[in-house]
Amino acid sequence: MLDQLEQIKREALSSLEAVQDDEALAQWKVAHLGRSSPLMATFDDLRDVPKEERPAIGRGANQVKQALEASYEAKSDALRAAAVLQSLEKEHLDVTLPGRPVLRGRLHPTTQTMRRIYGVFAEMGFQIYLSREVETDEYNFQLLNFPPHHPAREMQDTLFVDSGTERGDNPILLRTHTSPGQIHAMREFSAANPDDPPPVRIILPGMCYRYEQVTTRHEMQFNQIEGLAVGEHITFGDLKGTLSDFARRMFGQQVRYRFRASHFPFTEPSAEMDIECFVCGGEGCSVCKRTGWLEILGCGMVHPIVLQNGGYDPDRYTGFAFGMGPERITMLLYRIEDIRNYWANDFRFLEQF
Amino acid sequence: MLIPISWLKDFVDITLPIEELARVLTMAGLEVEEVIYVGLPFPEGQIEGRSGAHQRPETKVSGIEWDSDKIVVAAVHEVMPHPDADRLVLCRLDDGGGEQIVLTGAPNLYPYKGKGALEKPLKVPYAREGARIYDGHKPGQVLMTLKRAKIRGVESYSMICSEKELGISDDHEGIIVLDDDAPVGVPLVDYMGDAVFDIAITPNIARDANILGVAREVTALTNQALRSPSYKFEASGAPIAGQAAVEITNPELNPRFVLGLIRDVKIAPSPYWVQRRLLLAGMRPIYNIVDATNYTMLEVGEPLHAFDYDVLVERVGGKAPKIITRTARAGERLTTLDGEERTLSDFTVLVCDSEGALAIAGVMGGAESEVHEGTRNVLLEGAAWNFINIRRTIADQRMSSEAAYRFSRGVHPAMAERGVRRGVELMRQWSGGVIAEGLIDNYPLPSSDPSVEVTPRDVQRWLGIELTPEEIADILRRLEFNVEMNGNTVRATSPDHRLDIGAGVTGVADLLEEIARIYGYERIPETRMADELPPQTGNPALEKEEHMRDLLVELGMQEVVNYRLTSPEREARLLPIGTGPVDASYVRLANPIASDRHVLRRSLLSSVLEVVELNARNRERIALFEIGPVFRPSQDGSLPVEVLRLAIALTGPRAQLSWQGGDTTAMDFYDLKGALEELFAGLHIDTVRFEPDETTPYHPGKCAQIILGDNRLGTMGEMHPLVREHYDLPETPLIVAELDLQLILDAIPGRHTIRPVPAFPPVLEDIAVIVDENMPAERVLEVIEGVGGKMLVEVRLFDVYRGEQIEAGKKSLAYSLAYQAPDRTLTDKEAAKIRGRIIRRLEQELGAQLRS
Repeated sequence: MLDQLEQIKREALSSLEAVQDDEALAQWKVAHLGRSSPLMATFDDLRDVPKEERPAIGRGANQVKQALEASYEAKSDALRAAAVLQSLEKEHLDVTLPGRPVLRGRLHPTTQTMRRIYGVFAEMGFQIYLSREVETDEYNFQLLNFPPHHPAREMQDTLFVDSGTERGDNPILLRTHTSPGQIHAMREFSAANPDDPPPVRIILPGMCYRYEQVTTRHEMQFNQIEGLAVGEHITFGDLKGTLSDFARRMFGQQVRYRFRASHFPFTEPSAEMDIECFVCGGEGCSVCKRTGWLEILGCGMVHPIVLQNGGYDPDRYTGFAFGMGPERITMLLYRIEDIRNYWANDFRFLEQF
Repeated sequence: MLIPISWLKDFVDITLPIEELARVLTMAGLEVEEVIYVGLPFPEGQIEGRSGAHQRPETKVSGIEWDSDKIVVAAVHEVMPHPDADRLVLCRLDDGGGEQIVLTGAPNLYPYKGKGALEKPLKVPYAREGARIYDGHKPGQVLMTLKRAKIRGVESYSMICSEKELGISDDHEGIIVLDDDAPVGVPLVDYMGDAVFDIAITPNIARDANILGVAREVTALTNQALRSPSYKFEASGAPIAGQAAVEITNPELNPRFVLGLIRDVKIAPSPYWVQRRLLLAGMRPIYNIVDATNYTMLEVGEPLHAFDYDVLVERVGGKAPKIITRTARAGERLTTLDGEERTLSDFTVLVCDSEGALAIAGVMGGAESEVHEGTRNVLLEGAAWNFINIRRTIADQRMSSEAAYRFSRGVHPAMAERGVRRGVELMRQWSGGVIAEGLIDNYPLPSSDPSVEVTPRDVQRWLGIELTPEEIADILRRLEFNVEMNGNTVRATSPDHRLDIGAGVTGVADLLEEIARIYGYERIPETRMADELPPQTGNPALEKEEHMRDLLVELGMQEVVNYRLTSPEREARLLPIGTGPVDASYVRLANPIASDRHVLRRSLLSSVLEVVELNARNRERIALFEIGPVFRPSQDGSLPVEVLRLAIALTGPRAQLSWQGGDTTAMDFYDLKGALEELFAGLHIDTVRFEPDETTPYHPGKCAQIILGDNRLGTMGEMHPLVREHYDLPETPLIVAELDLQLILDAIPGRHTIRPVPAFPPVLEDIAVIVDENMPAERVLEVIEGVGGKMLVEVRLFDVYRGEQIEAGKKSLAYSLAYQAPDRTLTDKEAAKIRGRIIRRLEQELGAQLRS
């Protein structure tokens, strides 16, 4: 009887090997696991087997049944996999065809650069302070240590507003830098606690204007980001440390830079910060005008008169300030040769950012 | 400011290589923008002005180097006619190595032609075969190598050089005739090779706009002593007293006035070395008397004015002239030596005599009394002027001059006397005149040079470095401050050649800058701020604004940024046809730079439409926004109002056409409305309403005002087609919006809460109702939502139908509804009950009919 079972199993498995499709598999199942299959017949025949042999033969029959069912499942899976494979082979795409267009918006390149700059200074504790674009001569110049008719004003040709009334030495103008915000901020902070004004650490972004013919390198309207730090222990060394950290974050940890003496009426000592030209690596090229250096910002220790005008006692407080042009930095980073691209808003330019 | 190195060497030794000196000056605030070589060899590794591989340039370099073997001083002994050419001559010269015959066409040699051997040979710069010089016949500076050639049958292999060929000036009219003492055979580079620094002068270093000033900086930076120029003059004439006088009427405007007198001058060209220095410093040589005034100004910084003394005497009928300085009388006129007749303002200071104006003080002389080629006696003026008044004058008269450049930045009154002393002595040396004994010196308002105290603590507090009082004193002494020490305190008095040191706290800052500059910014160590960190307040308003930018970008729009300056005409394009520029009041510029940008914008929409117009030439589909201020004048002449606004424009196909098609139908009202709804959803402002509106420049049927509570945020809609025609745009619908950004920012809630994710499945079903054509969809929605209550979690309109199966004048609105309870699965029976109530209410309130 056991030999007979072994025989049934062998024959069933060998005929399964020949099965090639679902239909044949169904037939095989009927033939070998169906009601009238030889295996099922052995179960029927069990009652004729002597009682003491029955458990062994019953066990044997069950083992064969399980084996055949497992083989059936395996075969079924194999057939399905083969069929799927066959159908997928007919579904080859040309992966080199272009993808479906997805339309996305973009920030203006200046906004992108300004956000990078905000980010670097935010991590150093600088808060953003905004102020108005149309200002008085007093805030734009006088309180910043540019007296009326001072020669330094020539460095900043100004667009004045026709205010319709005689305002003498205090005309209304379009701000030439965001520095009036330094006075607004210091006055706001010191007014809250005049005897003990809090330390200041702010950046002042915004649009500024100059009386300037628009050319590939000069704009009448441009953004500026200034910074101001005022406290009881702030030194020129801190200015150098802060701005060199900024340069490394903005232009790479390996950047070479230098601080050279310069002049701004609202800071003293004043400096220009240059970074090594990243176009030519300092060898001299048209971008750096063959000097190997790129001017990226002006800076200095806040002039005592400016501190005083802001409500901060220069005998107790010191501070540093700096100012940079995000458009210029963007031009350097992306080698933009024409500054007029910014406010022209040609999508063929804007879409490259 | 152009500074020839050779001139600098009169006052200080040059101990550093030229390019290193340029770097040191640049770091100390005298930015050397360019080093122009005129003969001296280029720095190592730099060839013909281009940087080599192993040398960092640091400074822009240009110019020419003179090969010491090939360019030498020679003596011309005879000028002979050319056998075949009238305009050429042959020169017999000695270049130190023997006799050469050299061909030249220089007109300044014609007078010597055929005169035989010259009694006094002419010293000239001579370039041998193979020398590299600039091509005299090509425009600009083009290098060439001298090659042997036959010109009109005469062999030519070398050249006598013009200034252009050697890079001294652009003059190629004749050859250079050197001074008689030039040593024959010596390399020209050793005799007069030079390099010129082009230095940018910022207002604080106005004192350095001259050779002596730069020399002072070099001495301080390289720790040397200055060889001060001699201000002695050799006088042998009758004393000036009695021959001239000075009266100053306003010492505030004219603190000092000095006169010197020199008689019997012989007007002639200056020595060549003087001419060369003037040229290299950027001024044209004229003749000895004028050159002496310019030379003195360039050298020590005091502008001088030379009067023809005899003209002054004649004007007052043969008496001794008296110079009077005073402000102009109303309407007073003067013809200045640039030939212009000028009407003067009442603040303009004039140099006059009793007969009237002679010169605009500190700016320009008058035509009548200026020196000329027939002048014999010269009265030389050196004065001090109020620099603010000079600035006002040059702005008022729209004129400039070398003198005004200096006086408008401030020249110390001490320089007036020094300038006259130096000037008359140079005139004597170069013109052979006789200087009158003494000077007339009227000095009613002596300068008070400020004294400032500075301590090591100040240095530490501002610069972050520790210096001893002695170190501080040493630096200041190098800059010629008069220094006294008292314990830790260094008291420094400003030297009498500079006006930039202030008093009080300003003076301390001024000294600290000088200390830092000379100590070296490079040596100050970098530190990180140890100071207390201020309160970290953030900027919530800006953060919201930036969040809004992000949302608009996520909605597929490009950010643009425009000029805020425009013209009323540009903005009037937004008005209907037939209306001219409105009278709207604008913030106007008093000094506009361009006629189409002379007011600040009132409309952000106008700005973005210009961008749409520009891009419509290259793009079918445009989706953009701008966030920025518009400006309105205040009524009382005070500061204008700046209001932040948001403008959006959409036009063109909804999607980009691809090889698979895509929805290329034109965007319409609902595209923009959808974007705005999503924007407000993103800002968590959920009570915004859109109400029909009819206003310019919108299509009357496709316009909505956007309302939040009691505030009107702005307007959106399709542009009126007749307004759109004002722009160069295709006939595609253009959908725009302009909103008040501040109102939106103010409405953004500080925080919002979320609904829990539903734990039980919704019951979904659709209903369609038929309503009157003019029934706003919003009414239907309000009823459905009102009845549905909390269980109705979503209502979405998915179809609006008009047509065959619907009665005329009606429309069908189909909604898909989702009912859901937070705590259980709703039964169909519960859902059907809500639905029944919704339908009954729609029927009762809106006369709707259920569409089966």
